[in-house]
Amino acid sequence: MIVIGIDIGSVAAKGYIISSGNHHRAMIPTGWSPREAGQAIIDQLLEASGLERNQVEQIYVTGYGRVAFEHADKTVTEIKCHARGVAELYPEIRTIIDIGGQDSKVISTGEKGQVLDFAMNDKCAAGTGRFLQVMATALGLDVSELGDAEDPGQMQTISSMCTVFAESEIIGSLARGNPKGGIIAGLHQSVGKRVAAMARRMGIREQVAFTGGVAINPGVKRALEEEIGTRIIVPEACQYTGALGAALLAWETLRRDL
Amino acid sequence: MLDEFMQGFASAREVNLLRIKEAKENGRKVVGIYCTYCPQELILAAGAIPVGLCGMSENPIAAAEETLPRNLCPLIKSSYGFAATDTCPFFHFSDLIVGETTCDGKKKMFEIMQDLKPVHVMQLPHLNNTEASFELWVEEVRCLKKRLEKELQVTISDQDIWRAVEVINQEKQAIKAMFDLNRADPPPLSGMEMLTAAWSRSFSSDKGELIDNLNGLVREVANQTNNRQVKAPRVLLTGCPVGLGTEKVIRLSEELGAYIVAMENCSGYKTLELQTATNGADPIVALAEKYMAIPCSCMSPNPYRLKLIDNMIDDFRVDAVIDLTWQACHTYNIEAFEVGKLVKSKGLPYLHLESDYSNSDLESLKVRIEAMLEMVEK
Repeated sequence: MIVIGIDIGSVAAKGYIISSGNHHRAMIPTGWSPREAGQAIIDQLLEASGLERNQVEQIYVTGYGRVAFEHADKTVTEIKCHARGVAELYPEIRTIIDIGGQDSKVISTGEKGQVLDFAMNDKCAAGTGRFLQVMATALGLDVSELGDAEDPGQMQTISSMCTVFAESEIIGSLARGNPKGGIIAGLHQSVGKRVAAMARRMGIREQVAFTGGVAINPGVKRALEEEIGTRIIVPEACQYTGALGAALLAWETLRRDL
Repeated sequence: MLDEFMQGFASAREVNLLRIKEAKENGRKVVGIYCTYCPQELILAAGAIPVGLCGMSENPIAAAEETLPRNLCPLIKSSYGFAATDTCPFFHFSDLIVGETTCDGKKKMFEIMQDLKPVHVMQLPHLNNTEASFELWVEEVRCLKKRLEKELQVTISDQDIWRAVEVINQEKQAIKAMFDLNRADPPPLSGMEMLTAAWSRSFSSDKGELIDNLNGLVREVANQTNNRQVKAPRVLLTGCPVGLGTEKVIRLSEELGAYIVAMENCSGYKTLELQTATNGADPIVALAEKYMAIPCSCMSPNPYRLKLIDNMIDDFRVDAVIDLTWQACHTYNIEAFEVGKLVKSKGLPYLHLESDYSNSDLESLKVRIEAMLEMVEK
């Protein structure tokens, strides 16, 4: 049995291929075409695993680009996929915080990774990867550099939730001579507060996992832990849990049909 | 045959527009209404045509924002925008507009609307279980009667009101019978069909014809075999008013594979179990009693809405509940907390959506609705 799960996000496309006893994963930037990104991921997965396209029995696709990808056997929401993926890695997790490029989600899960409840950010970019990306640009950094550059000891609070206003706030703060590290710590705190409020509203049950591209940033993890007052687990493959979940759901469907 | 009925309902707005134009030319009066709290019986008793006014389109919102704040519910902005730009023919033909103080936004908007047309505002009490509040409301219903008599230059007799009560009671029964069809599994009507039929009634200039059409639809459905074989999650929609033009959540849900089997909204089931008692001495008191019982979130507290949703979940064998709040509608938005508790206590998924009339959030709505439906699938 061979299945593929793909998660086409707004920033990166991730994939997992599972064959009996073996798995490979791949990730590329989504770029402007989610359809092409999905195809490229499949090609990379096949190459890495040494398998042929016609050997793949099921392809499940999730993420914002899921509808653009026409070779999918089924599309599933990110919410269900992250829940399934995380349950595989950490069965004791009951709350998942997922922050991607475009949205942030909090998912409450049951014993087998089933979704019990979920909450999603409103329309705007506050509390998402995109928010951090815009701010990194204003600070002359790459978004990947933010985590190591923060200095919580010199915290400069960012009060605006609006991406555009927060950007002006940063420019003003820099102009007043405040340290970059403190401003970055303030940004992380801002994202942490926003997402923690959403999580508290839904109800936080331990243990808590943090997934999605933003989970790579240790500063946001630190801020989240402070805000919700509990330790958070970041899976080693935190960007891949959606793709893993999609692949596992495909695998389970096949097994059920056998 | 079902399609023919549905087409009839779908074209009701246009057909009735022409009829109302004609009626106006022949000297009949038209009274525009916005809300289920308006006792239409009095308008019928006055020999005038009650007609629902436009407020379900995004188009006139930009114009409304020249006057009203941006951070206001889309329904108020749309209603005012239609009036201000004279793009709602029903508003255009109305001799009098009746408004109610269901929320702060509406009551202040009606003050501004007075510059465009005569507007009569009924002051609603915020609690519906005390003698004082009931007396206030009876007085407000009497005031409306007097205003109609003055504005339309007629005298309304008790006899006229009792006759109108009879008609509206029948109309309610007919609509309820239509909604109740969807207690069946699979449901014979889609959410869009229910909405179309229910919505058509607000434009209908001939109540007798409307009742016949609704009864005809119910008979037709009883006679035909249900060809919906697919097993799909049965969803109940509650929250703010939804009409044709603002049906995006119903449409998306059905596109994503759900059946919207029941609607507890203003134009849905909310008022359908409320009949005016016909055995009293004073028809105004009888009307006041019925309208005061409407479980709108503007009432505080509002336990009957929760009871109604609870019963509907069982009666319509619902798998999940979607609660739709239009942006800045504080009462429904806050009441969502209690609705959510109720739905979750029954072990069902509950999805609270906050949106407006635009299409800007279609993608994010889709993800949420789809994820909720996946929870039902298990």
